[in-house]
Amino acid sequence: MRLKLVPSETKWDFFKYVSATFGASMLAMVVSVVLFFTVGLNFGIDFLGGTTIRTESTNAVDVGAYRQALTPLDLGDVSITEVFDATFEEDQNVSQIRIQQQEGHEAVTPETIQAMEAALRSVDPDITFPSVESVGPKVSGELVQTAILAVVLAIAAVLFYIWLRFEWQFSVGAVVALIHDITLTIGIFCLLQIRFDLTIIAALLTIVGYSLNDTVVVFDRVRENLRRYKKLDLKQVLNLSINETLSRTVMTSVTTLIALVSMYVLGGDVIRGFVFAMIWGIIVGTYSSVFVAAPVLLRLGVKRDWSKPSQGGGTQFANVDA
Amino acid sequence: MLHIPFWKRLLIWGVTAVILFMAVPNLFYGRVELHNDAVKTIEAAGETPELAADAAGWPGWMPSGLVNLGLDLRGGAYLLADVQVADVYADRLDGMWPDVRDALREERDTVGAIRRIDGPADELHVRIANPDGMARALEVVRGLARPTLSLTGVGSNDIEVAGQGDVLIVTLSEAEKRATDDRTVQQSVEIVRRRVDEVGTREPSIQRQGESRIVIQVPGIGSADELKSLIGTTAKLTFHPVVSRTTDPDADPGARNLLLPSMDEEGVFYVVEQSHVVSGEELTDAQPSFDQNGRPAVNFRFNPTGARKFGDYTRDNIGSPFAIVLDNEVISAPVIQDHIPGGSGIITGNFTVEGSNELAVLLRAGALPAEMIFLQERTIGPELGQDSIEAGRIATIVAFAAVLVFMFLSYGLFGIFANIALIINVGLIFGLLSIIGATLTLPGIAGIVLTVGMAVDANVLVFERIREELKTARGPSRAIELGYEKALSAIIDANITTFITAVILFALGSGPVRGFSVTLALGIITSVFTAIYVTRLIIVTWYDRRRPKTIEV
Repeated sequence: MRLKLVPSETKWDFFKYVSATFGASMLAMVVSVVLFFTVGLNFGIDFLGGTTIRTESTNAVDVGAYRQALTPLDLGDVSITEVFDATFEEDQNVSQIRIQQQEGHEAVTPETIQAMEAALRSVDPDITFPSVESVGPKVSGELVQTAILAVVLAIAAVLFYIWLRFEWQFSVGAVVALIHDITLTIGIFCLLQIRFDLTIIAALLTIVGYSLNDTVVVFDRVRENLRRYKKLDLKQVLNLSINETLSRTVMTSVTTLIALVSMYVLGGDVIRGFVFAMIWGIIVGTYSSVFVAAPVLLRLGVKRDWSKPSQGGGTQFANVDA
Repeated sequence: MLHIPFWKRLLIWGVTAVILFMAVPNLFYGRVELHNDAVKTIEAAGETPELAADAAGWPGWMPSGLVNLGLDLRGGAYLLADVQVADVYADRLDGMWPDVRDALREERDTVGAIRRIDGPADELHVRIANPDGMARALEVVRGLARPTLSLTGVGSNDIEVAGQGDVLIVTLSEAEKRATDDRTVQQSVEIVRRRVDEVGTREPSIQRQGESRIVIQVPGIGSADELKSLIGTTAKLTFHPVVSRTTDPDADPGARNLLLPSMDEEGVFYVVEQSHVVSGEELTDAQPSFDQNGRPAVNFRFNPTGARKFGDYTRDNIGSPFAIVLDNEVISAPVIQDHIPGGSGIITGNFTVEGSNELAVLLRAGALPAEMIFLQERTIGPELGQDSIEAGRIATIVAFAAVLVFMFLSYGLFGIFANIALIINVGLIFGLLSIIGATLTLPGIAGIVLTVGMAVDANVLVFERIREELKTARGPSRAIELGYEKALSAIIDANITTFITAVILFALGSGPVRGFSVTLALGIITSVFTAIYVTRLIIVTWYDRRRPKTIEV
């Protein structure tokens, strides 16, 4: 009567359709890159500079009237989107207005904000402004740099850690899986045009952490089984290891997804993009540790002779708790 | 086989209990907050019955550390300001001019007549009538150099002097510039803090960031604009000799003079000497008051040096007007009636009561040494913050309950053990957040939710391993032991990689993102701790009592 998502003993062949699954992954990555360069990300003000104002009113949002009210202010590019959320009250109407960086100012001037608020009040006297956010070009440039640096550093650090603990082939497998996850996440953000801001970078790094977590658990078992079953070829060992850890892989992903989905539904619109990125990342991260990391490892091969001192790959730390 | 020594059990439960105890105040957030505020006010301003009642709302022997709520949860304003440190160089050089002038005058025979001429703002240009005396002039002015007062600039002097034809150029040395920058930013931070404190909001945070930036976070303030007008005013007060009065906005003030508008009288301008007699930096006190006609005014008092300069000037210039200038506007330009020796005076102008009060506050806090440019700002209304807390709370509870049910359905009794550990785990996160005084943000709440999902991972790893070991049928006790032993390396490796990314996020992130990395990192630590110590201890204790022949995981 136990709930079992995965039968207690599985002998599935995860490499039966390896060319199809791996090919699909590569194709998805290519599509993501193409999307990135054609459609592009919907960058938030963190990276572009500019100002966003959140409006709230008991009256319905009239995007057209808002736009008309703001046009005489000559603010350049103005985007107005209505925000819908299950957690809102019946008469809670929210919109998000974004204006571009104003020429010649580091940050938005109080006069601009006051003028905007006055213009919007003339359309809807009940309107309130629960949040205003403004980022100048200097800071947004730095934020882009820091974000890229953070992602690269994170990948480099885990590459190093896994190389320290395993052999270099594992490290490459893990990193290919990581890049796969990040690329696909950026791809889905391009496709759905969800706003990409600083918190999404945090989500990306969490995906890096989670995806690795998953990959490492599989690899840890591979390492153990390589020592135990010296006669089995690498493909069989990989299959055995994935099957043995499958129940755990699914369990952990499901509990994490349960928690995140409740945050997605109930956590409010402010944080929805962030949680969405993590949900997506956990799905692709789980997939990639089985269908990307393992095939790469299979292709690269692993040194099996454990008695000789290692040459080139692996380090003295590799056997710490063997 | 499954033996855990008594001292170890004691240590595990002890550590857990202490940290959980530290988390308790968060359950009574409002009451503890009242208590903390009351205690602080009593310390500062003495006891009143209401304060004493507030303070008594929470027992004094209990811990009273709370998890701070970030701006996105509490509402308030955030500003990132860049201090224009280069502004100060010109002031420094202006301050040096009298010394340079006096030193060169003593050498008049060799260098001839001297005159200060216009140059770039961060250079002091002096023309000497006799270019042949340049070598001597350089020597004399270099003699005025003083060692730089900073750790990094040891061994270098504060000024560099060069000659170009008949012009002598004085600039600040690189080491001196750096030292000056450092002082400027520190001073700005201090002044911003004093101004924000005068308003009396709870827990404002004013921090220096990098070379020349200041991050200002003030919970509970209405908007970033309000905050800007509070701290953005330089409030630089200076007293200048007046040259003339004009109504022509394009009038040429002449060399070394300034044309400044009058604050009260529309279209009136004053030409004043650029070098000031005395500045607001030398004020020791400023209070709102009223002049003899009952109009609002500000009383001020100088420190001894300021008082001497002010006294000397008023003695020597009776009958001539001098200008009181605030941020490049002339507040008033009274005629000096008498020698003012005591160093105190009164500023009159067209003030309202609030206006004089505000000016007094600004003067007391001191002038900002340099202008600040705002690079980034954020205002979050208190309702939005409250909505976020509410949404975050509900989401966390639902996530928590769903995971508890799922774990029980999957692992039965062992699932309950893991659930106890999970509840303890969240308590530990809040306890640690309170102990280190961390700030909880909306992404931070997401971090906790993520941890709730991931925390069971270590337990899942162990339980799955125990299941596998049970298949090889070596008895439950051995299976439990092997399960823990063999799962350990996977647990450690998997969590260290996540921990690394949390550390990188902390190092490079700011604001809300940082809040997320803190809860993520703490969540990893507590989940590993609960999985390999707490759950294990629960299972071993249970096993010791029951001694089951078979176990089902």
